[in-house]
Amino acid sequence: MKEDRENRKADRGFWIYEGGKTGLFSWIFTTDHKRIGILYLTSLAVFFAAGVTFGILMRLELISPGKTIMSASTYNSIFTVHGVIMIFLFIIPGIPVSLGNFLLPLQIGARDVAFPRINLLSWWLYIAGGIIALLSLFTGTGPPDTGWTFYAPYSIRTGTNVSLAVFAAFVLGFSSILTGMNFITTIHRLRAPGMTWFRIPLFVWTLYATAWVQILATPILAITLLLIILERFFGMGLFDPAKGGDPVLYQHLFWIYSHPAVYIMIVPAMGVVTEIIPVFARRTVFGYKAIAFSSIGIAAVGFFVWGHHMFTSGISDTSKVIFSLLTFLVAIPSGIKVFNWVASLYKGSIKVDTPLLYVISFIFLFCIGGLTGLINGTLATNIHIHGTHFIVAHFHYVMFGGTAFAFFAGIHYWFPKIFGRMYSEARAKLAWLFLFIGFNVLYFPMFIVGWQGMPRRYYDYLPEFHNLNFISTTGSWILAVGLILLFANLIRSVRKGEIAGSNPWKGTTLEWTVPSPPPVENFEEIPTVTHGPYKYE
Amino acid sequence: MLSTNSTAAFNNVFLFLLVISVVLLVSITFTMIYFVFKYNRKKNPIPVNIESHLLLEITWIVIPTALVLAMFYYGWSGFTAMRTVPPDAMTVKATGRLWSWQFEYENGIKSGELKVPRGKPVKLLITSQDVLHSLFIPAFRIKEDAVPGRETFLWFLPEKEGEYDLFCSEYCGVQHSSMISKVIVTNEDDFQAWYSAEGRKEPGAKADEKLSGYALLEDKGCLDCHSVDGTIEVGPSFKGLFNRKVQVTSSGKERELVADETYIKNSILHPDADVVKGFDDIMPSQEGNVTNEEVDVIIGYLKELK
Repeated sequence: MKEDRENRKADRGFWIYEGGKTGLFSWIFTTDHKRIGILYLTSLAVFFAAGVTFGILMRLELISPGKTIMSASTYNSIFTVHGVIMIFLFIIPGIPVSLGNFLLPLQIGARDVAFPRINLLSWWLYIAGGIIALLSLFTGTGPPDTGWTFYAPYSIRTGTNVSLAVFAAFVLGFSSILTGMNFITTIHRLRAPGMTWFRIPLFVWTLYATAWVQILATPILAITLLLIILERFFGMGLFDPAKGGDPVLYQHLFWIYSHPAVYIMIVPAMGVVTEIIPVFARRTVFGYKAIAFSSIGIAAVGFFVWGHHMFTSGISDTSKVIFSLLTFLVAIPSGIKVFNWVASLYKGSIKVDTPLLYVISFIFLFCIGGLTGLINGTLATNIHIHGTHFIVAHFHYVMFGGTAFAFFAGIHYWFPKIFGRMYSEARAKLAWLFLFIGFNVLYFPMFIVGWQGMPRRYYDYLPEFHNLNFISTTGSWILAVGLILLFANLIRSVRKGEIAGSNPWKGTTLEWTVPSPPPVENFEEIPTVTHGPYKYE
Repeated sequence: MLSTNSTAAFNNVFLFLLVISVVLLVSITFTMIYFVFKYNRKKNPIPVNIESHLLLEITWIVIPTALVLAMFYYGWSGFTAMRTVPPDAMTVKATGRLWSWQFEYENGIKSGELKVPRGKPVKLLITSQDVLHSLFIPAFRIKEDAVPGRETFLWFLPEKEGEYDLFCSEYCGVQHSSMISKVIVTNEDDFQAWYSAEGRKEPGAKADEKLSGYALLEDKGCLDCHSVDGTIEVGPSFKGLFNRKVQVTSSGKERELVADETYIKNSILHPDADVVKGFDDIMPSQEGNVTNEEVDVIIGYLKELK
């Protein structure tokens, strides 16, 4: 045991080096991209846990019609806070700020990101935004009850603490913009010698595409949210028809950001999936260029499809037709990725460890999310399922079954690199089983109940929807058990896992060439790159 | 795929999409799992590196593109049917308000439920008095937002007699999930009987003080938020309100008022002027929704409500 501990100390790399500060300060004032990645990972886990708790409370309320455990106004606040936390504090920053921060410099052969201090500022803005969001729950006139979309004129008129919550999202936007700018500069300027654009790992390509969306789309949200605040305080009459404003204008502005934001959430997840498949199939990825370009394609076309959130909002029928067509076009690059992933398994030498298990589930769940997305994008069918639980099911399949499952895949895959230790494979697979079953029991019934006509954001519902809601709620408990098992296994393995070594999976990207955990400035000597990222010959 | 009504338009397109989706999902999942077993490391220790295959990649760009364009096209044509109102449709105005629906017919009668005769197309002209709502009738697969200051429309063909749910599907606050009504489809004769009877009653009813009072409060949607039995809902109860002292906030300042005739009239027409303490400034102005005579009738009723 004693020897083990000393061993650990010697190999603790960036975990030991405090950079002239001590204790907590060596973390919250660090400029090391790896420490910032860990800061984000920890904060994301805290907000995720809060978001899950609110989600489980919502499901508990919906276990039967009528009042179960809370009042209607409490329920409305809880689904709003669940949405705000999950969207703005978990899934938008999500993979880029945690895994991206940790791995981007490692994967391109750099010692850090281009602007390490701005990187730290991003984290501080993120925490500030998180604290303001929490303040909005406990101060003033009570937690916001508008839904995460803050639709006008309700958001202008409600007496709840909307301004503060909106300001939190505004601050979080700046965190996102700065991270995007930092990543783009890093990828352009700090690649190792010989790492041409088509030798970059595909995860980095997705971070690159995402970063552009972050810096181009987020300012639109920022100004829109600011307008909500101005309208609330000064009654400017931008969105409230009672004062001559236009509520549909608000929806346009909101979705011009919030649809591209969907790609901020999912594209990095696709990157994680693309990293994992070649390593566990021990072969090169199929169609590198197609995957790289499809990331850019999704990010670019994603800017022009926001109107599909508004097919029932009263916009003109002609614009609905155009937005529907564009929506179908954005489906094509996603399809290409799925086909390339499956083809990358062909004639591989496959071992289904936990990361690949999550990746396979990702592909299955993401296909369900994506294909139901086509049903949403089709005009004739959208009208009926719009604003129902069908939509709730659809975006949870994409965001949870997609992004979060890929996040879990990535955390397991890079766990030995980050912590220098291996998690318990058997426990990880058990957690996966609960998560996968729980997820489907929780969300699949929502497709049916939504198709039957149950609207979303309903505190109470008609008796005919009872059975499916009941099944869904039991799913939330199975899912919760899965999450507890997952986190318990990982937290335990940080201290007690077996020493992993620098390359336990036989990965070929640059992060696997340095010790685990990586030393302070990553590379003693910057490597020279002579071939593509997934070379297994 | 020309459809004659919204229900058929949705069902046809949905079935088409569902079949394609299930086929795609099953083939992708099956292929993936087949590869995982077939090329398992134990059985297949030496991988083969295949970097790309141009023809294959072009195939899986072209075929899905054709598929999604077909989906788009069917969706568009179904949608066109849903937006092409037959010329013989009966027009009903639908107004959303916190938290009920009101349907107004061509002869001026108003109803909280949408009563329509079987076999006649119905065109709904939709608007809102306050915030966004959305009129959703699952049985007819239609939905459109009620936007204050705008008029949107929907149409449907009720083919079978019966009662169908009608929901609000755009979140609108505390009682969003109780903003439920019904579509009642009857045969032509029953409908005409109701339509003409109500139509005769209505013009007289407006001046008829005896009927009004409570009926007016119900008709105008007041009772969605204010009770007459002392229960506190979203707004203060009407019971015992008249001539009582109330704590209000007027332009940010708290003060005490007596709920006299002036106060009540002002609260109906300018509800944001004096907001009762403990409640949100959420009520829309009823100017244009109630006449002066109606206000007097309501006040008369409230005086009696001890």
